[in-house]
Amino acid sequence: MAAPGGFSGTDFKQEEAFFLGFTRAQFLAFIAMVAFIVISPFFLYPVFLMKLLCFALFACAFNLLIGYVGLLSFGHAAYFGMGGYLAGHAAKVWGFTPEVAILIGGAVGAVLGLAIGWIAIRRQGIYFAMITLAFAQMVYFFAVQAPFTGGEDGIQSIPRGKFLGIVDLSSDMAMYWMTAAIFLIGFLLVHRIVHSPFGMVLKSIRENEPRATSLGYRTDDYKLLAFVLSAGLAGVAGGLKSIVFGIATLTDVFWTMSGEVVLMSLVGGLGTIFGPVVGAAVIITMQNYLAEFGAWVTVIQGAIFVLCVLAFRRGVVGEIGNWLRVRL
Amino acid sequence: MTEINRRSLMTGAAATAAFGALPAWQARAQAANTVRIGVLNDQSGLYRDVNGPGSVACVRQAIQDSGVVARGVNVEVVVGDHQNRPDVGATLTRQWIDRDNVDVILDVPTSSVALAVNTIVRERNKIFLNSSAATSDLTGAQCSPNTIHWTYDTFMLAKSTGGALVRAGGDTWFFLTADYAFGHALERDTGNFVRAAGGRVVGAVRTPFPGTDFSGFLVQAQASRAKVIGLANAGGDTINSIKQAAEFGLTRRGTKLAALLMFISDVHSLGLETAQGLVCTETFYWDLNDRTRAFTRRVLPNMPGGSLRPGMGQAGCYSAVMHYLKTVAEMGVPAARASGVETVNRMKAAPTDDDAMGQGRIRPDGRRIQPSYLFEVKSPRESRGPWDYYKLLQTTPAEEAFRPIAEGGCAFLRT
Amino acid sequence: MEEIFGIPTPLLFGQLLLGLINGAFYALLSLGLAVIFGMLNVINFTHGAQFMMGAFVAWMLLNYLGIGYWGALILAPLIVGFTGVILERTMIARLYKLDHLYGLLLTFGVGLIIEGLFRNEFGSSGLPYRIPPELAGAWDLGFMFMPIYRGWVVVVAIVMCLATWLVIEKTKIGSYLRAATENPALVQAFGINVPRMMTLTYGAGVALAAFAGVLAAPIYSVNPQMGSNLIIIVFAVVVIGGMGSILGSVITGFGLGVVEGLTKVFYPEASSTVIFVVMAIVLLARPAGLFGRS
Repeated sequence: MAAPGGFSGTDFKQEEAFFLGFTRAQFLAFIAMVAFIVISPFFLYPVFLMKLLCFALFACAFNLLIGYVGLLSFGHAAYFGMGGYLAGHAAKVWGFTPEVAILIGGAVGAVLGLAIGWIAIRRQGIYFAMITLAFAQMVYFFAVQAPFTGGEDGIQSIPRGKFLGIVDLSSDMAMYWMTAAIFLIGFLLVHRIVHSPFGMVLKSIRENEPRATSLGYRTDDYKLLAFVLSAGLAGVAGGLKSIVFGIATLTDVFWTMSGEVVLMSLVGGLGTIFGPVVGAAVIITMQNYLAEFGAWVTVIQGAIFVLCVLAFRRGVVGEIGNWLRVRL
Repeated sequence: MTEINRRSLMTGAAATAAFGALPAWQARAQAANTVRIGVLNDQSGLYRDVNGPGSVACVRQAIQDSGVVARGVNVEVVVGDHQNRPDVGATLTRQWIDRDNVDVILDVPTSSVALAVNTIVRERNKIFLNSSAATSDLTGAQCSPNTIHWTYDTFMLAKSTGGALVRAGGDTWFFLTADYAFGHALERDTGNFVRAAGGRVVGAVRTPFPGTDFSGFLVQAQASRAKVIGLANAGGDTINSIKQAAEFGLTRRGTKLAALLMFISDVHSLGLETAQGLVCTETFYWDLNDRTRAFTRRVLPNMPGGSLRPGMGQAGCYSAVMHYLKTVAEMGVPAARASGVETVNRMKAAPTDDDAMGQGRIRPDGRRIQPSYLFEVKSPRESRGPWDYYKLLQTTPAEEAFRPIAEGGCAFLRT
Repeated sequence: MEEIFGIPTPLLFGQLLLGLINGAFYALLSLGLAVIFGMLNVINFTHGAQFMMGAFVAWMLLNYLGIGYWGALILAPLIVGFTGVILERTMIARLYKLDHLYGLLLTFGVGLIIEGLFRNEFGSSGLPYRIPPELAGAWDLGFMFMPIYRGWVVVVAIVMCLATWLVIEKTKIGSYLRAATENPALVQAFGINVPRMMTLTYGAGVALAAFAGVLAAPIYSVNPQMGSNLIIIVFAVVVIGGMGSILGSVITGFGLGVVEGLTKVFYPEASSTVIFVVMAIVLLARPAGLFGRS
């Protein structure tokens, strides 16, 4: 069991893997999610859904660190934003196809994650959070200064291009399917990582790091690898977002974006595999549909934060899972 | 009437999102005689007072004043808060156009959001009437046949403030520049006009954005012994630098402060005691002439708090909607909705004239031109009543106020 | 004119002095944060909003009740501190047994709510607040004009910091507090009401933030986002000083103000980033901060 104050979801007795490493309940939830992804663009506005999927992937990447290694990064905007900038630059200036551009975004995130993570993982808890924040601020400074980012105007009119040079993505539906595919790959990747032997070691580090060390695991290496994977995926999400919207701007590197991804994971449920997805959906929907309420958006967002911390610490998915006595 | 329509439209949108109530997102039923205007600006953040609900009030006033409803044109207004985030602005714009049949995107402060909206509107062949973004790229490198840049831009601000002040004796300048593209553009353009008018730029310092304490930079400015300190920044940065310049006695000892982008709500926030003597450029002032006073009297009860005087961004929204609706009434709704480029071309063909912004015209590159006014902020003694803040120093005629088309390098004009 | 690294000496002195004044704000704000963290183990992200409330309450006292700067300097911290007490009683007290990241998330949310409410009520462009006539004017220091008000800020900040330090280190109440953080059960057993002590400590920390807010009102723009611009920097100060270390946060506050002031001369663009560079370096060399116990 996790410590009462820990950042993990409730752990139930280890269930048998049902399919693809999912438990039965997780598998059902996964099917429901895939069904929603396939059906929803016929009912809901695809651009909105694409945005949601980009942020869901970002939140999943973030959750890999906080939910399964217990590290709260307060600087994930750096990887998300720089991934977006480089992918945008690659697609617009270097003329790469979108999938290559997105991969470049991921690579940038990973490299940045390697450099920052190498330093940050030496510290724990609040110090870890602060050191990641410090580096993210430096990355922001770089983004403001570097000429290729276009300052606060950002990189504009990034072409969506053609997938593999063949499939034209300028229609929203085509772009949507590509976004959905990338999201699902990323989602399954996180799931696979978490349920691999590597993931088991990560969780043991979260629960009791000295013990993991005493068992002979080089915990720093594990943490660093998890950090790089998380940052790389965040970079992919950022790259995907700039291809979808055709823009890459400072908002995505600013520290409030780091706060937002914490909010998404918290609302959805930390350390649950579906939590970040649900959390991202809730927050993005709010941003879109509360736009009418003007200044109340900030108040409502704050209230949700407070409510989650006081009453629903497990998050939406965590609470549902707890209620059904299953792990989601 | 418009209020009810807006509500039902928004709740309709929310319901669609939540429950998938409508079978498809593409088409929404719309009466044949309806045009929809989407006001996209900052309703919750830094620029709420400069645009925000005030812009919406001005749009409503324009619908009323234009009298198109009596001529059978139904106008609906949707309002969105882009939270100064390009992705939020872009999503709302696409959604409004693709699903909610919005014809015009209006206002849109914050250059990054405006440029993103600019691209989308052009792709979808709708209309973008920008009142509140500063970047002159909208009619330059990124110009579009679907876009009209209505109220001001960095080039115009630089020319009016930079050129005119040198002629008034302020011939040595030091810049406090917010360290981002907008600040750099303002500094560069203003510097050029200062030099062209025979003045000298003796120094500049780039300040991190957003900043709180500017005293260190102000002391550097003072040490340069420049006669004018140009504030190439906006919003809270400008307010903080002016407040601290007064505190350090810069203005008392004869240094002139020139705020390159400032709105009347900023002066109100500073108070005349602090802001007196400050110089800035606007294209609208509520107390400029009888027409602007008449306009302000009409719209004031609906402005936030019933007391906020409209600033140029908000007045620009009024002016743009007046002109657009006039064009719609002439073309007929179906024709006006059919092609954004066509409607914009019709708008360019006719001169603009309304109470708020007076007479003007729209150039082929999408730049609306009108005279620009250099104001000085009154001292508390000179001010005769609430919001009596500006005295007019100089007027730059419309034809000279803005960047010549040839210098903008607008691409679609060449093809 | 003498020069150091190509910068005229007087200008350098001026920047050092101004840096010290900014440092006074950092010190006051981080002091409140350090007190709260040291005693309650809560990272108070609402601190920026409470700083802003201090300035706004001063404005309200003046415009609604006609109470001027000096009255506000006493009343505003009391009023805002009282709201802090309510906040602690109703919400924060429920989180003491949890990971302190939850406290951070809760107070972050509360900060958003407060900021949003003030923006709804007062708009975003800010309100005017004048320097009290007794402190208007400036001294001519030879190399620069020094507003009297800024001098006042430094003096008051130093006095407040000293007083807080004395209360915690040298008085009986302070020793109870320090004991309660080490072992609340034992202190409770001695018949001391620990929960009430925690509440009052939080209120006091918040009052310090509001006090800084009143000090800031005449020189910074009084707007709803004035605190959130500052809070991240102040956090860095607390972390560099060592979480919970009173002395550390005060010295670091002043020190970083000076570092920032110097950066404004040599590389002005980076003057808001330099604090984070310092923070990264310090955390690598001394994990618990300059004055923290690990």
